[in-house]
Amino acid sequence: MKKLNGSTKKLISSIAVILVLYIVMSTMQATGNLSSLMSGLLVPVCAYALVAIGLNLCVGYLGELSLGHAGFMCVGAFTSAFFSKTFQNEIPDVPRFILALVIGTFFAALFGFLIAIPVLRLSGDYLAIVTLAFGEIIKNVINVLYVGRDASGFHFSLKDMMSLNMDFDGVVLVNGAQGITGTPRQSTFTISVLLLILALVVTHNFVNSRTGRAVKAIRDNQIAAETVGLPITKYKLIAFTISAAIAGVGGVLYAHNINSLTATTNNFGYNMSIMILVYVVLGGIGNFSGSVVATVVLTMLPEMLRGLSTYRMLIYSIVLIGLMLFNWAPGILKFREEHGLTTKQLLDKFKKKKEVQ
Amino acid sequence: MALLEVKNLGISFGGLRAVDEFNLSIEKGELYGLIGPNGAGKTTVFNMLTGIYKPTDGMIYLDGKNITGKKTADINKAGVARTFQNIRLFGDQSVLDNVKIGLHNSYEYGTFTGVFRLPKYFATEKKMDERALEILSVFGLDKEAKVLASNLPYGKQRQLEIARALATNPKLLLLDEPAAGMNPNETQDLMDTIALIRKEFGVTILLIEHDMKLVSGICEKLTVLNFGRVLASGETSTVLNDPEVIKAYLGE
Ligand SMILES: Nc1ncnc2c1ncn2[C@@H]1O[C@H](COP(=O)(O)OP(=O)(O)OP(=O)(O)O)[C@@H](O)[C@H]1O
Ligand SMILES: [Mg+2]
Repeated sequence: MKKLNGSTKKLISSIAVILVLYIVMSTMQATGNLSSLMSGLLVPVCAYALVAIGLNLCVGYLGELSLGHAGFMCVGAFTSAFFSKTFQNEIPDVPRFILALVIGTFFAALFGFLIAIPVLRLSGDYLAIVTLAFGEIIKNVINVLYVGRDASGFHFSLKDMMSLNMDFDGVVLVNGAQGITGTPRQSTFTISVLLLILALVVTHNFVNSRTGRAVKAIRDNQIAAETVGLPITKYKLIAFTISAAIAGVGGVLYAHNINSLTATTNNFGYNMSIMILVYVVLGGIGNFSGSVVATVVLTMLPEMLRGLSTYRMLIYSIVLIGLMLFNWAPGILKFREEHGLTTKQLLDKFKKKKEVQ
Repeated sequence: MALLEVKNLGISFGGLRAVDEFNLSIEKGELYGLIGPNGAGKTTVFNMLTGIYKPTDGMIYLDGKNITGKKTADINKAGVARTFQNIRLFGDQSVLDNVKIGLHNSYEYGTFTGVFRLPKYFATEKKMDERALEILSVFGLDKEAKVLASNLPYGKQRQLEIARALATNPKLLLLDEPAAGMNPNETQDLMDTIALIRKEFGVTILLIEHDMKLVSGICEKLTVLNFGRVLASGETSTVLNDPEVIKAYLGE
């Protein structure tokens, strides 16, 4: 076998860890050892981990801050759920879900692309501001959007259900603030894990490709990148579009896991965008598997601490601060380096031990 | 026809006329020096030649083609590459990748091919690796290919920047103070390297330098800039003996 470089090794080991966790969780679920709360979190955790991977591509490799990735997730969720519900009885399950994935991903990518065109031409923190606004606008538009379908076709309204003017046999597909109800629940834990692994492979390959090198070059030094002939806007657009697309995949998974899909502040709003940014920062900027770990830990933690009721958020905050200090505080980083406690050093030690045995 | 022809180039920053009525003509294959006191406008000329600054007046022709005010990336594609006075490497990437980024426009495969690692990905990456190592070996940097660019010692960073510029396959190479911060030994090595790359890459060179030993040692022609204006220009020996130049720049 060819010698693998460091990043490929890391990818393979993170996939292995995900698979082990997957097997443990599925077995626990099958044998009834997983609480229904935990069980219900499996798919959403994967969905948010996907959004975190997407955001990490944007923050870590494009070097731009986005405060609206939950908005792209929202676009992926609603477009795919709309499709699945509309064609629920017309297309068989499997091809319909595959198409739903394609559609959700495509529309999230499209929105990412359209937003990025004007914004990425500018330098500065414009992307953060515009994506922040986008996330809020998309959420609010969906909350007043009514779509129905009857024999004569689709009806739209931004006012209320009555103004759809449908026949008696008409079906309401999107019902304003109540969102979309009755989307087929097709996001299984297995599909979610497979998509998560796919996203890790895609992002790993992307950042180690010709395009990825160009994106990193632009991040490292835009002027130098221009003087070696790189088209800056093109590569920024590609990276941001892929980043939004991956968030869209998370949205599709999320939408096909719940009965009633609504756009609230907690699942798609500003709060969620910030939460996802927290996963990215704590998992390590530019470290995709780290984003997955941080998402899993920080989503599961509040649920596991539920018994402690009042102190739950306090402990949660302390863990957050602790993680942040552990990963980023210069003093602690120096201490870890001096005492052989960085992730890399620990991994090396572990490997050496195995060799000795 | 000259490879680079600059006519009456000028730029103002607000009220400051940084460069005025600058003329320059460089023949193919020449090694040309641009000298002058601090703040004379030398780097500003480079920035205009590479499209980083848009000149307020004048014209720039490369190989007869008008490149005035074009985008930096397009000027590079037309055949101009450069280094920077304050080194600008892609610090978070390896030495090898820095050169491979320079090769970006010479070897192609699409994003899709890269993401799904189709056969063309492996074939092209292999060719890029080989070519990049070949260029690095000219500078004796091939052994450090895997090192992070920002971890190289200063002198080698300057060399890597030249290697990256050469990877874009330029007709004209602009070097902004390549010997800055080097000791006499390193400067001597650099002079040898410059002679070698002229031979190996057949590239025309315009360089800015304060080190008079290097300038008189390798430059065939010189232009002296003072307060944004050309003070003298011509054969190196003639220019360096010009009383005006001695008074304004060389001192004594
Ligand atoms: N972007 C800018 N905005 C305003 N003034 C500028 C800008 N770039 C350069 N200048 C001014 O133009 C003049 C020429 O600067 P330049 O950097 O070209 O000098 P130089 O000849 O390269 O000097 P040195 O030998 O110190 O590198 C200086 O007065 C500088 O302050
Ligand atoms: Mg200068």
